[in-house]
Amino acid sequence: MKLTRKQKQNVSRVWIFAASALAVVICVFPLYYAILTSLRTGQDLFLPNYLPTTFHWDNYYTALVQNGVGRSLLNSVVVATVTVGACLLVSISGAFALARIRFRGQKGILFTVLCVSMFPQVAVLSGMFELVRFLGLYDSLGALILSYATFSLPFTIWVLTTFMRNIPVELEEAAIVDGASLWVIITRVFMPILGPALVTTGLLAFIGAWNEFMFALTFVLSTENRTVPVAIALLQGASQYELPWGAIMAASVTVTLPIIVLVLIFQKRIVGGLTAGAVKG
Amino acid sequence: MNPKSPPMTGVGALPAMVPASRGKRSLQARRSRSAWLLVAPTLILLAGVAGWPLVRTVFYSFTDALLDAPHEYLFVGLANYLEFADGEAYGVLADPVWWRSVRNTLWFTFVSVSMELVLGMALALLMNQKFRGQGLVRTAILVPWAIPTIVTAKMFSWMFHDQYGTINDLLLRVGLIDAPLAWIAEPGLSMWAVVLADVWKTVPFMALMLLAALQMVPSDLYEAARVDGASAWQRFRRITLPLIMPAMIVALIFRTMDALRVFDLIYVLTSNSEATISISGYARNQMVAYQEMGVGSAASVLVFLMVAGVAAVFLRIGRFSEPREKQS
Repeated sequence: MKLTRKQKQNVSRVWIFAASALAVVICVFPLYYAILTSLRTGQDLFLPNYLPTTFHWDNYYTALVQNGVGRSLLNSVVVATVTVGACLLVSISGAFALARIRFRGQKGILFTVLCVSMFPQVAVLSGMFELVRFLGLYDSLGALILSYATFSLPFTIWVLTTFMRNIPVELEEAAIVDGASLWVIITRVFMPILGPALVTTGLLAFIGAWNEFMFALTFVLSTENRTVPVAIALLQGASQYELPWGAIMAASVTVTLPIIVLVLIFQKRIVGGLTAGAVKG
Repeated sequence: MNPKSPPMTGVGALPAMVPASRGKRSLQARRSRSAWLLVAPTLILLAGVAGWPLVRTVFYSFTDALLDAPHEYLFVGLANYLEFADGEAYGVLADPVWWRSVRNTLWFTFVSVSMELVLGMALALLMNQKFRGQGLVRTAILVPWAIPTIVTAKMFSWMFHDQYGTINDLLLRVGLIDAPLAWIAEPGLSMWAVVLADVWKTVPFMALMLLAALQMVPSDLYEAARVDGASAWQRFRRITLPLIMPAMIVALIFRTMDALRVFDLIYVLTSNSEATISISGYARNQMVAYQEMGVGSAASVLVFLMVAGVAAVFLRIGRFSEPREKQS
């Protein structure tokens, strides 16, 4: 049987719709199920049930207050904010030079930055451990801020360099003709237009620092200095053999929702920032 | 287009466009001198937090240092890597667990990156269509990307739970299995659990990269091909694929490098079990769990060399494929 053009269109539309629905369900289901679990207690937890049954908030109290995930949230915010702030500050001038000035060794520097951003973290683990001990930062948030620069800084430089390349030369020309120094060009001409790029880069770097696990697990021992990923990974229940799934899911939902809200607000920019480095690089 | 030589659009174009010919040379010279001043803080910081620790890791790999007293050490040469004593081999390279972790990591990287490429491509092609609800799909696929890896690991270890997990429940209901599977404990299955969790989390990244490339393909090319009677597969194979190839290679490099250093997902999902341990996990275990800083450093150096080797191969491929792309 030969289908008319219209019928063909309808068939393909049905397929597209079905595939989209499947993709959306698969993407969202694990988080949905985590939320359901976090609201259940007792025996209810262990019956797979795909609709909300109960609304108990006890798990959130257990996780955030009793297990100290609330404190860890604060630690994570501090570590990620300071890391990203410092890295952005340093990389603005660096990225400007790499994007707008031609000089000897430029390609070499860009290549090095790219290589460092692809470093396996474990390769610097023991050297970083020694450095952290030497600086007296072991078991403190400072250790994390220092070590996170290993992957945050190359990332912010790389992305900011890509953004700065796309700023039209006319702006800079006008400033040069007016006799502006490089410093004035960076702070007065580039900084204001770079606002959105800084937000995007900062947000992506923030997520990277927020999610980091290996350094956080290795350089911090005490419970009160843990960041969120470590706190969730090491969350223990009353007995050693039974994991408190309700509390773990409550903690997971708590640390995930703010990030998801941020990502949804800045959706367009994040997608732009993620792909900027790759498609044009 | 390989990442080693990004196109220098805009770079250096400026001095040539400044009209006054008198100040041209001195301006260029002054700018390049200040350039080093501007990148200096970056370089110093990078040297401090990446270069120096890397050098020290290599240094420690030749010593017998322990983690709790890193200052007391003896040089042991290559003994941490490989040493023969009384007809027995010692060192990381003689450890079957190390080779197990190498196999695990390579298998994990190959399987999960291939699955991500195929699924990511399908998702990108889907999102590139015009249909109602497109925005919803684009928003929904950001959810897995935004979720922290540790949370992903915990969510999946809950869903993969042998008694109470939803995945067993769903499979039982559909009738694909007769009895619950021990996804996490069974050595043959646990690696698949890790791969599935990783694929779920990283397909969105792949899809977004490929979508961005797809959107830059001019639509009149498709029109022309359709007029010539090219089938959908031919259009994909002859137009889409060659044009998005550079972006695809970059996305593949990113994902492969990321997958090769996997640690957190495996550490939490399967508690670093021997069936799933990665090379990063092995190195950290030696260093932190067994306190063997020297051995751990040696393993770290091997991880570094392995990742660098794979990166070099990719760059090679990238360089070879570049001239061909330019011709077409």
